Amino acid sequence: MMNLLWLIPILPLAGFLILALHGEHLSRRLVAWVGCGSVGMSACITALVGVEFFHGLPDRASYQQTMWNWIDTSEMTVGLSWHLDALSFLMVAVITGIGFLIHLYSTEYLSDDDGYARFFAYMNLFVSAMLTLVLADNLLLLYLGWEGVGLCSYLLIGFWYHKPEYGTAAQKAFIVTRIGDTAFAVGLFIIFTQLKTLSIQQVQTLAVEAWPVGSNIAMIVAVLLLIGAVGKSAQLPLQVWLPDAMAGPTPVSALIHAATMVTAGVYLIARMHDLFALAPLVQGIVAVVGLLTLLLAASSALVQHDIKRVLAYSTMSQIGYMFLALGVGAWSAALFHFLTHSCFKALLFLAAGSVIHSLHHEQDIFRMGGLRRQLPWTFWTFLIGAAAMSGVPLITAGFYSKDWILWSVWSSPLSQQWMWVGALLGAFLTGLYSFRLIFRVFFGEVRTAAHGEPGLAMRVPLVVLAGLSLSVGFLEIPHTLGGLSLFGPYLSQVLPTMEVRPGMDDSSEAFEQIAVTCSALLGIGLAAFFFLPRVSVVDRLVGTAVGRFFVPFWQGGWGFDRLYERAFIQPWFALTRDAGEFLDRGYGVLVTGAEFCHVRLSRTQTGHIRWYAATIAVGTLMLLGLFAL
Amino acid sequence: MLSTPALLLATMLFGLGLIGLLSRRNILYMLLSLEIMLNAAALAFIAGGARWGQVDGEIMFLFILTLAAAEVSVALGIVLQLSYRFRTLDADAFSEMRG
Amino acid sequence: MPMTLWLLILIPMLAAPLSWMGQQWSRHAARWIALGALSLDFLLALVLWSQGPPGSASGHGSWLVESQTSWIPRWGISLHLGLDGLSLVLILLTAFLGIIAIIASWTDIQNRVGFFHCNVLLALGGVIGVFLAIDLILFFFFWEFMLVPIYLLIAVWGHANRRYASFKFFLFTQAGSLLLLVAMITMAFLHQQATGRPSFDYADLMGLTLTREMAWWLALAFFIAFVVKLPAPPFHTWLPDTYTEAPTGVSIILAGLLAKTGAYGLLRYTVPMFPEIMSEFAPFAMGLGAAGILYGAVLACSQTDLKRLIAYSSLSHMGFILLGAFAMTELALQGVVMQLVAHGLSTGGLFLLAGALYERFQTRDMRQMGGLWKVIPRVASMALFFACASLGLPGLANFIGEFLVLFGSYSVQPIITILASIGMVMAAIYSLGMMQRTFFGQLRETRSIPDLSNVAFGTLLLMAVLQVWLGLYPRPVLATTKPVVDALIQSASLPAQASHSVPVMPSTLFTSQANTP
Repeated sequence: MMNLLWLIPILPLAGFLILALHGEHLSRRLVAWVGCGSVGMSACITALVGVEFFHGLPDRASYQQTMWNWIDTSEMTVGLSWHLDALSFLMVAVITGIGFLIHLYSTEYLSDDDGYARFFAYMNLFVSAMLTLVLADNLLLLYLGWEGVGLCSYLLIGFWYHKPEYGTAAQKAFIVTRIGDTAFAVGLFIIFTQLKTLSIQQVQTLAVEAWPVGSNIAMIVAVLLLIGAVGKSAQLPLQVWLPDAMAGPTPVSALIHAATMVTAGVYLIARMHDLFALAPLVQGIVAVVGLLTLLLAASSALVQHDIKRVLAYSTMSQIGYMFLALGVGAWSAALFHFLTHSCFKALLFLAAGSVIHSLHHEQDIFRMGGLRRQLPWTFWTFLIGAAAMSGVPLITAGFYSKDWILWSVWSSPLSQQWMWVGALLGAFLTGLYSFRLIFRVFFGEVRTAAHGEPGLAMRVPLVVLAGLSLSVGFLEIPHTLGGLSLFGPYLSQVLPTMEVRPGMDDSSEAFEQIAVTCSALLGIGLAAFFFLPRVSVVDRLVGTAVGRFFVPFWQGGWGFDRLYERAFIQPWFALTRDAGEFLDRGYGVLVTGAEFCHVRLSRTQTGHIRWYAATIAVGTLMLLGLFAL
Repeated sequence: MLSTPALLLATMLFGLGLIGLLSRRNILYMLLSLEIMLNAAALAFIAGGARWGQVDGEIMFLFILTLAAAEVSVALGIVLQLSYRFRTLDADAFSEMRG
Repeated sequence: MPMTLWLLILIPMLAAPLSWMGQQWSRHAARWIALGALSLDFLLALVLWSQGPPGSASGHGSWLVESQTSWIPRWGISLHLGLDGLSLVLILLTAFLGIIAIIASWTDIQNRVGFFHCNVLLALGGVIGVFLAIDLILFFFFWEFMLVPIYLLIAVWGHANRRYASFKFFLFTQAGSLLLLVAMITMAFLHQQATGRPSFDYADLMGLTLTREMAWWLALAFFIAFVVKLPAPPFHTWLPDTYTEAPTGVSIILAGLLAKTGAYGLLRYTVPMFPEIMSEFAPFAMGLGAAGILYGAVLACSQTDLKRLIAYSSLSHMGFILLGAFAMTELALQGVVMQLVAHGLSTGGLFLLAGALYERFQTRDMRQMGGLWKVIPRVASMALFFACASLGLPGLANFIGEFLVLFGSYSVQPIITILASIGMVMAAIYSLGMMQRTFFGQLRETRSIPDLSNVAFGTLLLMAVLQVWLGLYPRPVLATTKPVVDALIQSASLPAQASHSVPVMPSTLFTSQANTP
């Protein structure tokens, strides 16, 4: 079974090729079959591989498969090779499983769209590239997937290409992430120059041997990889592209900008954890970046009007939690939050998509309301998603993963107390903005009438994801609540388990958990107080001087867009607007000189034969005179 | 010595030819002047040959004669064309080749 | 066997007058003759490729196939051709892009069809000659020989500003050639002083010992002569005008092949002949390469003329070649070869598409286009593909070229390499900007416009397949040129050992390196 591994990324690629080359001629039904089928088959093979992975392989270490040598010179050998271990299997399972559900959802969501085949072609290509990213055995192949998902993200954000602002958003996403990618690439150059290999496993072992902890080279490499990860995962300071990326169709936001691609940065850092462990300072930066982003995004999510922008900021915020966990060395906790997050965030996006679909592409939450009765399926699933995101205790997956992260931040030797306080504040804000959405959209008076619930193809993924959002958390139950640990040991094959700072016992864990629970519930309660019928409370808050300052500031994502506009975009346009060829002017001098001589000398050519004869005679005489002298 | 007066004559003829070339405007007369200059040069060769007792001078004379004949035939052809095109033989009227 | 080398040159050259005459029978006769001749050439090169065991030859002096006939012995000039991996790859590329250019001109060129194809064939024959000649005078003959037909192709069939462009092209390349000629004659003269007989032969001149000062001047002349053709700033200003004004097929030849002759010259002559000078010169040349990457990219971002944008992007890509050629590491040189091939394919594809757009809209101004995906999806999707290739998307051939160059250069000049990497971001800006302004956004055109014909689509698809093939399996090219690259490094490293610092590695790394699969 294991040798079918190569089919997992190749099948969606085949689907892409069929749809890209022949999609125009296929019926919609067939397109849907090819699009969903290829990802579904990938998911099935993942399941088959998974069965063997869990039972067949002794100690479930890892499995390698090489298709062929990609680059093969005497200095560099890089294979198109897959590497399956606990970490990549987790990613593959999420990508194919949730990917399939979202594909299924899209068959109905986009059923009226002209670019049906094009959409599924891009989606299949995305899945293929994302699988390549996580299955890659070496950094160059990982980079292939990395750029591939970036391209698909660009194509799908700009899917409705007739709107120029969507195109701008797509370009912004690609170019901002490309800045990170370039740093990543430079990191690869350094790694290769120093270690002479790009294989992830070898790089890790060699780096540990060759570079002492805290050495400059390890720091530089780690920083460069971090910039790459930050670009892809929309963290500070390269986070500006994600809110605009919501221009794409909602399934795209669910798959690419919530569940999978934006977590690639988390995957990269987890993959290279040995390297980051060599650079404690950089790991600290990871934590700080995560913390800042989660607060920035959570506060921005509070004041957005567009339902998808709220979710986009919430994604940034949740990935901020993952970065925070990575930064304090809680690798497994970060991945666990990745798992739960991809379930509940995909669910939230799909449910939001269902709202948007029913309201004829209305996305402004201030024009929604009272949809609870009209869209019961959507309401309940959205509610489960929001509850999971805010971490409603005991019953939702988000609670377990977020609690694990906060407990790690509380107890890790690498973290500081203020980080925990910040994360707690984030948990409070998460509850606030999640339920702001619920109360604005599903409660209150009806502002826009909905035209009925979505069909089966959209409802099934919603229900499945809602089930997952409730249940995956039980894979890791803290021992204060009974203690069932499946996820941590599973990943401990690949990722080191975090050591707990001395002096941390069950009672401090219980205290910490109560604090987290309270802050989340406080957020939800405050949301109920603010956003349920008595809207005037919020209006008064917004009207105060503090509100007038913070609301626009938060709405603009803390002004980063404007800052970058001033600092980079305008100078760039100034540079390129009238960038004439200044080097060409140097040659212009030659041309002018030649013309100058031409004008002067051509006057002597009168065309009169007697003038020529006379000049010849005078010239001869002068020459003779010269000789005579 | 005979060569000195001959050279003097040649110089005078050349000078006359040159003056004619520069002062006449009719292109036919300019050609005539040119012939005179050529013959002056040829005379100088004859004188030189006589002075040194060498046959080379006469050979050069024959060359010049041939050259003059060839030149005149081409030149007259051009003159015919010119008079046909411009309806005049005034050399100053032609300045088509000015830069 | 040796005759096949002459055949490679003579087939297009002899077919040239034939296709001119073919015009009398029908317009298509000229085209078919040109197509047939180039296909024959391509097949011949393929046969050579399949026969030549790529690992056997070990570089300079030992060629895969060699042919020498005496020509003007008293000056040491002979008809000396030699084929190695590098020239073989480039000849394959020449014949292939030649076929593409003919197909691109099929509907584009409607007047003086025979004369057009005659010139194309002559130019291509000259290019192949350049890649084969290893006698300097013969090389110079072909070098000059290809210029005149190209000049005519631009001056007769070009766009509105063709006179200016063709003059500029001719003057720049002639100035470069003049330097080359002077340097070549000087070298032959120095050879006479040293050994008593003049020689223009490559192998003879390689062994020439020169004084430092003399070597400097000669190296500079050889460098400038080839860099003008490549081109790199500040000698590049002929490029945008020429590429823009030339008809589609000729743009493909110019960008895909003429630029390659410059790169070939650098690799074949400049670098191995003056290794000491070049290792001193390398930081400057690599800086020039990086400057070319950035300068080309910035200017590409500011263009509104589609073809001009592609021209500047081409300038930017050529910077990688300069960067890699002077990094003098195996990876960088392999990357250069890959980039030569990949750039030919990607820029060729883009020019083909720009030509297709011009044919449909009679304009190259991107401000007058927009939203064309809806109308001409085939053009748009192919443009998307080649734009991706041009921005260096992994999995396509350009990525292999650029990344190998950067990997190879980083160990030599880290700062310059990092600067060059910034070009990757800019490449994204101009490539996506081109897509946005041309194919996305609001549709302006309302009349119906025919999409790509099946032949054109098939041609582009073939180029795309080649891009993917070489992007995922570059081994055929890398293995063919490996001996050449090894020899180049050997020639460069022997004298330069002293001045060249190798980064010091902990010894453990070398042992573990051996275990790398």
